[in-house]
Amino acid sequence: MFKLRCDGVEIVVAEGTSVAAALLGAGVSRFRSSVTGEARGPLCGMGVCMECRVTIDGVGHRLACQTMCRAGMEIMTT
Amino acid sequence: MKFDVAILGAGPAGLAAARAAGRRSASVALIDDNVTAGGQIWRGAPRIAVPTGVRFFPQTRVFDLRPGFMLLTESHGAMEASRLILATGARELLLPFPGWTVPGVFGAGGLQALVKSGLPVGGKRVMVAGSGPLLVAVAAALRTAGARVVGITEQVPLGRIVPFLAKYPAKLPQAFALRARLLGVPYWTGTWPVRFDEGMVTLSGGRTVAVDYLACGFGLVPNTEAAQLLGCRLDGGFVAVDSRQETSVAGVYCAGEPTGIGGLDKALEDGERAGAAATGQAVNPSRGAFVRDLAAAFHLDPRLFDLAEPSTVVCRCEDVALGTLRPYREWREAKLMTRCGMGPCQGRICGPITNCLLGWSAESVRRPLVPVAAELLSKDVLQP
Amino acid sequence: MTPSPDVMIVGAGIVGAACAYELARAGARVEVIDSGLPGGGATAAGMGHLVVLDDNEAELALTKYSVGLWHSLAKELPAAAEFWGCGTVWVAADEVEMAGALAKLSVYRQNGLAAELLDERQLYEAEPNLRAGLAGGLLVNGDAMVYAPVATRFLLEQSKAKVTRAAVTSLDDLKAGAVVCATGAMAPALVPGLRVRPRKGYLAITDRYPGFARHPLVELGYLQSAHGDSNESVAFNVQPRPTGQLLIGSSRQYADSTASLLEPMLARAFAYMPGLRACSVIRTWTGFRASTPDKLPMIGRLRDRIYLATGHEGLGVTTSLGTAKILTAEILGYAPPIPAWPYRVERFDV
Repeated sequence: MFKLRCDGVEIVVAEGTSVAAALLGAGVSRFRSSVTGEARGPLCGMGVCMECRVTIDGVGHRLACQTMCRAGMEIMTT
Repeated sequence: MKFDVAILGAGPAGLAAARAAGRRSASVALIDDNVTAGGQIWRGAPRIAVPTGVRFFPQTRVFDLRPGFMLLTESHGAMEASRLILATGARELLLPFPGWTVPGVFGAGGLQALVKSGLPVGGKRVMVAGSGPLLVAVAAALRTAGARVVGITEQVPLGRIVPFLAKYPAKLPQAFALRARLLGVPYWTGTWPVRFDEGMVTLSGGRTVAVDYLACGFGLVPNTEAAQLLGCRLDGGFVAVDSRQETSVAGVYCAGEPTGIGGLDKALEDGERAGAAATGQAVNPSRGAFVRDLAAAFHLDPRLFDLAEPSTVVCRCEDVALGTLRPYREWREAKLMTRCGMGPCQGRICGPITNCLLGWSAESVRRPLVPVAAELLSKDVLQP
Repeated sequence: MTPSPDVMIVGAGIVGAACAYELARAGARVEVIDSGLPGGGATAAGMGHLVVLDDNEAELALTKYSVGLWHSLAKELPAAAEFWGCGTVWVAADEVEMAGALAKLSVYRQNGLAAELLDERQLYEAEPNLRAGLAGGLLVNGDAMVYAPVATRFLLEQSKAKVTRAAVTSLDDLKAGAVVCATGAMAPALVPGLRVRPRKGYLAITDRYPGFARHPLVELGYLQSAHGDSNESVAFNVQPRPTGQLLIGSSRQYADSTASLLEPMLARAFAYMPGLRACSVIRTWTGFRASTPDKLPMIGRLRDRIYLATGHEGLGVTTSLGTAKILTAEILGYAPPIPAWPYRVERFDV
């Protein structure tokens, strides 16, 4: 188990957890705002739909479903 | 890095191809963007091991393919291969209905993938909805993971599923085993979700069901983009191959769902043939009827294409609603005028939807295959 | 049978659409024919930058006149045309280029165009993502941007011209009082021997990064790339879309060059904006400009009832409205709104 943060809130996750799974498990459902401001979250779970984009360690537009959690990660929903 | 054979995709077709190619060639690369081999169906627990001698590149996204063949990857730079086997699988067909963009609505395979990558669903109320054999497998997996599966809705009427299963008795034990894991779970046939609002799914026929997650999949869409980028000919939306799985481009083979949605057994057979053919071994002929029978049995009810309202978003990247698309006659025109399909998924989700709802066909594929940091596109990889 | 139109325009790109719009406003019965979608060729492939260029007097006159026309049209354009009066920032890398910026400022001011010299500090205030160590720049206030496919459709709709989707193989076979060839880089297929060469350009577009760039950014060396005749050239030219997406350009190469200029073009952009390296590119494409030997368009009568409106190189969207005014005046026998002789077709042998 290790810790990372999403929007400043600490989340504890198990090894082998994707960022998308970690956020959903922590009760985050809105990963990003759509271009007209609607809430969006993961859809396809396999790196195709791009709905789960978040900012990870300062880099925008990262796919939460295709990125594995690492200790100390700073995730921002957008 | 140079290889005799590079295989794109480490699902069943790719693994079978790797096994076959590995029998003859010592220089085989197996490339997949996921963490582990197995593809969507065996995610994390492949029933074929990566053969010894085959080099496996997990978490490796290929963003460009060039003749010759050159594969450009995010994490391993350029790779070269004399022959290519495309085992790029399929994605889910998602159909729009009011509320389908609300967080909590997932692809069916998508939710399963999230669970396999660590999402806890213990005690969560989940409905699995859509069409095809995948739904039952997803529901069973979710239940095993502790979810309360509150129902499965299959758009096909029962009267069409039974003859299909009767024709393929080999699939029956699998079907019964899955059903056994779903005792007590309602299986509504001829039914589909028509709305999702505030955690409540409304089904055709009027029933409402409270859920935490709604997992939808209306069938599979072949991932043909890699093949299209190489110039391989498509036939009816699938990659055209000969009896040896070779595409219209010499040296490029294709196996599994991109050549016809047929599930696991077809993928394994295709992969075996492609791996053998690409390394000069004899191949067994294919049996093709299952693909047609599956498509016929799970043919989508056209009423599913009328669920979206004019204000329902079709292109989720650019928030283009159905009503905005209606005045246009074709995909490219709508794309130019409304930005539909211009976002980061590049029409992967809305392209198949407009095909179903409006009869459009998405245009040719442009580089890169997946969004990629500009820096990676700037490397002059073609120089030695 | 419907009577043949006064003017048949071949080519439904921004230039053809603007001609249809202007001719219709002048009272002509106009039809348009194109084998593809309106605004779907080079019009869609370009950046939609409305820019005044001053490489020579004729270019300055036409671009200045045309950008003014765009501003007049702006309030009528639909929102989806994304007209944005964003100006242009010309970036000076060093003191030599800064001297060039100063000279440019003087030319623009003499021509009544608003422009401001930016020193190093002002340049970074305007565009914080430019690399350190640049000398300064020039902000040209009146330049703008438009999403050209939507503008094309708007112009066609306003013209009420019938738009036919069909291939044309011969201009002379078309029944109309006048025939206008506005097929851009493909014009030589209809006018053999025409001194128009396709000049390919690459573009890349990123995901949305709102605020990353605030103006269209062009290096001052751009004119050498645009107006020089080198077989392959790239220049720093990055433009923010109103969506927050970034268009990364630009490259130029003639058809006999088969090299990919995408890589050097991106490398050039990174040299000015290092932060672009990490930006996610979602699509790249190429398009073909219609290039003439003197980089000025060909607007006017070719022979008999056949007219040309092509050869706009990288300025087709910018100068479409001015082109349409000049051509309309010639076809209908009015005096041109600006001196039209520099663009006349007969300056070249066909």
